[in-house]
Amino acid sequence: MNPILAEIPYWGQSLLRVLGGLVAVLLPAGTIVYVFLFKMMSFMQSRLGPMEAGPYGSMQLFAEVGKWLQKEDIVPERADVRIFKMAPVIVLLSTFLLVVVVPFGPDAWFTDFETGVFYALAVSSVSVLGILIAGWASANKYSLLGGLRAAGQLIAYELPMVLAVMGVVIQAGTMNLQKIVVAQNSGSMFGFDAVGHPYVISQFVGFVIFMIAIQAELTQAPFDMPIAESELVSGYMTEYSGFRFLIFFIGEFATAGVFAMIASVLFLGGWGVPFAWFGWTSIDDIDNWMNIAGPIIMLTKMMLLVFIIMWIRFSYPRLREDQLQRFAWKGLIPVALGNIMVTSILKVVF
Amino acid sequence: MSITENVLGDRQRLAYIASQAADSRLNVELETEGMTLNIGPQHPATHGTLRIIARLDGEQVVWAEPSCGYMHRGYEKLAEVRTYPQVTTLINRIDWLGSFANEVPFILAAEKLMEIEAPVRAQYIRTILFELSRIANVSLFLGDLGVQLGAITPVFIAFRDREYVLNLIESATGGRFHPNFDRIGGLKDDLPAGWVDETRAVMKKLRGFCDQIEDLLFGNEIFQSRTRGIGVVPRDVALQYGLSGANLRASGVDWDLRRDHKLPMAWDKVDWKVWTHPDGDSFARCWIRLQETRESTKIVDQLLDLIPAGPVMAKVPKIIKVPEGEAWVSTENPLGEMGYYVVSRGDLGPFRVKIRSASFNNISITPWLLRGVYVPDIVTILASLYFILGDIDR
Repeated sequence: MNPILAEIPYWGQSLLRVLGGLVAVLLPAGTIVYVFLFKMMSFMQSRLGPMEAGPYGSMQLFAEVGKWLQKEDIVPERADVRIFKMAPVIVLLSTFLLVVVVPFGPDAWFTDFETGVFYALAVSSVSVLGILIAGWASANKYSLLGGLRAAGQLIAYELPMVLAVMGVVIQAGTMNLQKIVVAQNSGSMFGFDAVGHPYVISQFVGFVIFMIAIQAELTQAPFDMPIAESELVSGYMTEYSGFRFLIFFIGEFATAGVFAMIASVLFLGGWGVPFAWFGWTSIDDIDNWMNIAGPIIMLTKMMLLVFIIMWIRFSYPRLREDQLQRFAWKGLIPVALGNIMVTSILKVVF
Repeated sequence: MSITENVLGDRQRLAYIASQAADSRLNVELETEGMTLNIGPQHPATHGTLRIIARLDGEQVVWAEPSCGYMHRGYEKLAEVRTYPQVTTLINRIDWLGSFANEVPFILAAEKLMEIEAPVRAQYIRTILFELSRIANVSLFLGDLGVQLGAITPVFIAFRDREYVLNLIESATGGRFHPNFDRIGGLKDDLPAGWVDETRAVMKKLRGFCDQIEDLLFGNEIFQSRTRGIGVVPRDVALQYGLSGANLRASGVDWDLRRDHKLPMAWDKVDWKVWTHPDGDSFARCWIRLQETRESTKIVDQLLDLIPAGPVMAKVPKIIKVPEGEAWVSTENPLGEMGYYVVSRGDLGPFRVKIRSASFNNISITPWLLRGVYVPDIVTILASLYFILGDIDR
């Protein structure tokens, strides 16, 4: 642990971690909503987007949050009240649990799990529970259909995601996310170490499968059947209003950010720069400034990946439910299994 | 059932019956029961107040029926207490996206009864405005199609480019949505200066818009997999249910009133093509409309070159009294065949008007078409049938 951090008492460290967690989840979520949902989408659709609140409408999100907080918290008469109120919190909670294992710098991490990948994949499926009970507890037919669709979809795409990550784990030889970052940045390809060895190159198939799977996990178009607004009004979110809808809304974009962070850790080298640039050999050599530069590098990569997610979201029509399932079970999973096989053979050979 | 019997052989039919029996036994054991889903009257897919009652088994529709009349405004009855020039104000609002096209058949019916004909220049301008309102109508359909299928960008492109057409209609007639420009015996005014050149430029833009939509939507694999083979209407079924317009042409019936009816309009003066498609599925219906928008821009371009000089109004009395008689005139409107049966008793206003609007007949096929499809396909089929609520309920 960094000597500066070690001097802070335990309660101070815990407080810093909580604050850091809030920042790491909410800051990317807000940035994504403004940059991509408000502005990029508008420019793609030949309009300006919000322009009034703040310079270039940058305060629009605060205005929206203020609006949602003022609204009445409506609970349907026949809803299962306690579960109905709990559902959005569960969805957002899984995002916070997920960010815990993401490393942001040589010392800037929340917890250093040896089985970080395993934990992340396990925790990411908790949100299914929230969505399913939101659909069930709303006592609305559209919500129920949306919730069931979401459950089917998220479970189907969990599998290719896990299988895609397997390739990375085999190649890095560790499940610790921090060590995966180090392995990528200190690695070399055929003796050429100027860019390290980001796994997006050697695990390109895995990367594409992972990106498709998180597109589906985030229920973004073309996989947005759970909230398909032209069919199911708003799917499992139909009956939610006010700040409970806000929590769902934040959860959607925060999860997009956190998944993109995990993807950039697994495939793009995370917070690091290639160690060969500065002559570092292991994680202990790294200078302290990387704890500041690391999160910035990480957020840049995250924004790049979210850009791809949003780009696809804004330009593609929606698949049908059976087509989506067929795509996962007959397309992605066999390819991912083949990828694991090839990776493990090559791992033994080299 | 008859189709199944023809296609399947005896052995397959027995296997089918056995599997149905097995399914029903399974259902008895598990005691599953269907769910009735009430789509509408307020639902984003029906873009208006259409209500569809669907019985679902899981995500599959077992039975569906449209229930219309939530926006009924009684235009047929209202027309009886108005004079002939006043009726055009009402009928403007039937298909509100292509208003000018609604006026034309009624005016033509009245002119037929009075045995007068509009001057040639007025006929040409009528045809141009008719085609412009078709473009304004169908271009919004092409954008809305994307929204119904989950792609949000095309609709904004459609709104942007439709605006050019609406501006043209506005500068010629004074009204963006409800021109109320057609008069018995001609038109209210001549075209403003510079309108012809402006229109040529806009038609060029609209052809670009068609190419853009074709790239963005029609070439997309997901769009194709969502629309191809969905909601197939065979040729004979389409004819039996009285479909018209692009829905009928998509089923392979070569039928277009612009070409087939002899009307005092200018369509026969120019060179254009009636597109048909053999498939009859949702993709065919959308594709036909895209091609028709292109044809319309071609028609307008050619008419602008041919437009003759002269008056735009024939000599008609100040107070219009239509002689006793009955007349039926129908034209090929953006949504399909639209016609008016006007009965006159020699008064200032019509004695009775029967409005035949395209959408009402087009959605009558939905119970047949929606049986057995999945919930997302309801939206695809409704979007590709393309109805305007005002045109259903009048």
